[in-house]
Amino acid sequence: MAIITAPGTTEKLGRSEPAIRNNARRNRKIRDNVTGHAFLIGAVLCFALFSWYPMIRGIVMSFQRTKRGVTTWVGWDNYTRIVADPSFWPAWKNTFYFTVLALILGYAVPFFVAILLNELRHAKGYLRILVYLPVMLPPASALFLFKFYAYDPSDAGLFNAILKSLHLPTSQWMQSADATMPAMVIASTWMNMGGAVLIYLASLQNIPGELYEAAELDGAGLWRRIWNVTIPQTRLILALLAMMQIVATMQLFIEPLILANGAGTEDSATTVAYLIYQHGFFQNDLNGAAALGVIMLVVLAAFSAVYVRLTTKQD
Amino acid sequence: MSAPQYRKAVAYALAAGLGLSLAACSTKSDDAATDANGKVTITVDCQPVGTEKDLLANWNADVAAFQKDNPDITIKSVSVGQQCNNPPDFTARLAGGTMTDVFYGYMTDLSQVLDSGQAMDITEYANKDTVPTFDSIDPALTKVFTDGGKLYALPVKNYSMGLVYNKTLFQKAGLDPASPPKTWAEVRTAAKKIADADKGAAGYAEYSAGNTGGWHFTAELYSQGGQVLSEDGKKADFNNALGKQVLQNLKDMRYGDNSMGTRQLLQWGDLLTNAAAGKVGMFVGAPDATQAIVSQFKGKYEDWAVAPLPGQDGLAKSTLGGGEGYFFKKGLTPEQVKAGLKWVAYEKLTVGKGQFDYPRAKPQNYPVGVPQPLLFAPGTEAQKAEVELRKANANVDPAIYALFENQQLPIKGEPTNAQAIYAVLDSAMSGVLTNPNANIDELLKTAETKVNQLLAAGS
Repeated sequence: MAIITAPGTTEKLGRSEPAIRNNARRNRKIRDNVTGHAFLIGAVLCFALFSWYPMIRGIVMSFQRTKRGVTTWVGWDNYTRIVADPSFWPAWKNTFYFTVLALILGYAVPFFVAILLNELRHAKGYLRILVYLPVMLPPASALFLFKFYAYDPSDAGLFNAILKSLHLPTSQWMQSADATMPAMVIASTWMNMGGAVLIYLASLQNIPGELYEAAELDGAGLWRRIWNVTIPQTRLILALLAMMQIVATMQLFIEPLILANGAGTEDSATTVAYLIYQHGFFQNDLNGAAALGVIMLVVLAAFSAVYVRLTTKQD
Repeated sequence: MSAPQYRKAVAYALAAGLGLSLAACSTKSDDAATDANGKVTITVDCQPVGTEKDLLANWNADVAAFQKDNPDITIKSVSVGQQCNNPPDFTARLAGGTMTDVFYGYMTDLSQVLDSGQAMDITEYANKDTVPTFDSIDPALTKVFTDGGKLYALPVKNYSMGLVYNKTLFQKAGLDPASPPKTWAEVRTAAKKIADADKGAAGYAEYSAGNTGGWHFTAELYSQGGQVLSEDGKKADFNNALGKQVLQNLKDMRYGDNSMGTRQLLQWGDLLTNAAAGKVGMFVGAPDATQAIVSQFKGKYEDWAVAPLPGQDGLAKSTLGGGEGYFFKKGLTPEQVKAGLKWVAYEKLTVGKGQFDYPRAKPQNYPVGVPQPLLFAPGTEAQKAEVELRKANANVDPAIYALFENQQLPIKGEPTNAQAIYAVLDSAMSGVLTNPNANIDELLKTAETKVNQLLAAGS
């Protein structure tokens, strides 16, 4: 430290005190940058290899056709062909239907469960584990449980037995074109809500208690407190989770594959992601599947862009 | 080591490790096709899975015996699942270029194997030298694997559909197992009796998901004398009285009689699981469905029998046939192709060895006596030897298949674009099996429009 504090010494070294300080700072910055970039290499390589490369390859493939081992450029042919597929529009309709249902049920339920858990004074930890438990179950196992026990169309099925004991009409669940999508949303919400509940809970706990106290003093009831304090205070998290939820539900695949054995009754479970799978892996049409994948990418990217713009403006 | 240095070292190590692992991923197997001693190595799939203990032990014994007889060949075999060819897995492996050197596929896979550019022309190698029974193979089967005069696979299995039925449930319902239904009307009557006698059982079970519904619609349409596509293959040809009859028969059983059980949207494994549990009276299937029920789904062999496919007025006008074979991956050396052919010949096409090793299968309680795989042309030496050996070692009552075997129906192959068409027809099948108010005319019309659109789009 003497070189910095004693003026005479700096002259001997031929460099001024600030210059040495700058050099040290620069060296440290370079070292930190190199370390940072070295750490980044792993993530970048992973993304490049497993996300960006397949994405670019998919876009390229969507303009090609491979027949008899020979790949040729075919322009927009795959796109016109995939749009002409009789299942194309039903698949989009089903996907949007699921997304809307999931937004109503799958988005609201975790929020209110989180509020409820936040209000509880006892058994908080225990209940949190209980809510999060389904997330730890592999999705395929959870869906098989629903398929064979909850959605059994006979009266022996769990849900039908409950409905019957309440003297309510039973359902054919996955075997009914009308019940297919709501049934998939119920299963999907049950499986996935644990994660969202924990995020909401964390965000609820950041809301200063004084705000609630002030609201209570102003005579606000439970609903007014939720509406005027909780929702505004958690708006950012709510907005972020809404976008993640929509992007995730638009890619709905494993639910129809397991619960409905694919297309479901009269195509009622065919989603865009399942149609991609059908073309790619059953119909020897990887190029058509790539085209549909690109269409989905464009739709989701456009949605995300509009969404980000809207939410940013609000802020 | 200071904290920044330590962090830096860890980062470099991670990056280097990842780089190395990526490099390892991109490196092909270092197994040379032929080593310095002239030893040829080939990889082969469809090895039985670990749970099929006897079958796996037999396979391993066969590999050892084959390598002893052919010391210059090394077989490296892998299992690709119980079904050997689950269509999406098959396509994924094909697209990913991870097929073994010699790989198992369905007759309907030729087109996609050719499109993937991975099919090896084996015409000049497949002959009596490499496959001793080559001249006995039914020429209709090698024709299915031929394109533009070039042979791309060696057939190893051939089947045609019949009516598989549970004799125990027949007896329970007061039906005579020796006299199974010959018409769809008789199937309906028997299904009702079975469902009435055993409340938990489906008198008749049917597929309607995962493209298997379309597959069975095709078989049942053939039984009516119909066809899925017009002769030129350019138009759908099932929206007619014959197609309607297929769906009407099913709807009558499902909702008229409630004799098909409540759970629908069944696929291959779902139906056979129920059958093995003794909960299915009848279903359309090939004789080897009984093998699958016993060896894979733990059913009882003595419960089952197979009859010819029923038709509308008497037996079926024709039935659906199909089969499997082994393809060879493009780029193999001539020595590898010859080694692969020799192995397939040993394991699948030699009477007394591999799949035809009946003396070995008999004490293992693996069904012997099933009239399959029907590989050799009638009257050839191999065919006569196979029938003789099968009869001598039969551990199941030959009467089980007698009805099926004695009444050979004309066999029709699967339509072109089979899987895409089956996916569309699944919807019609699931419609009549899950919706009591399903309108058959509308279902067929929609399916016809969809298939015509598919054909027009050239998908």
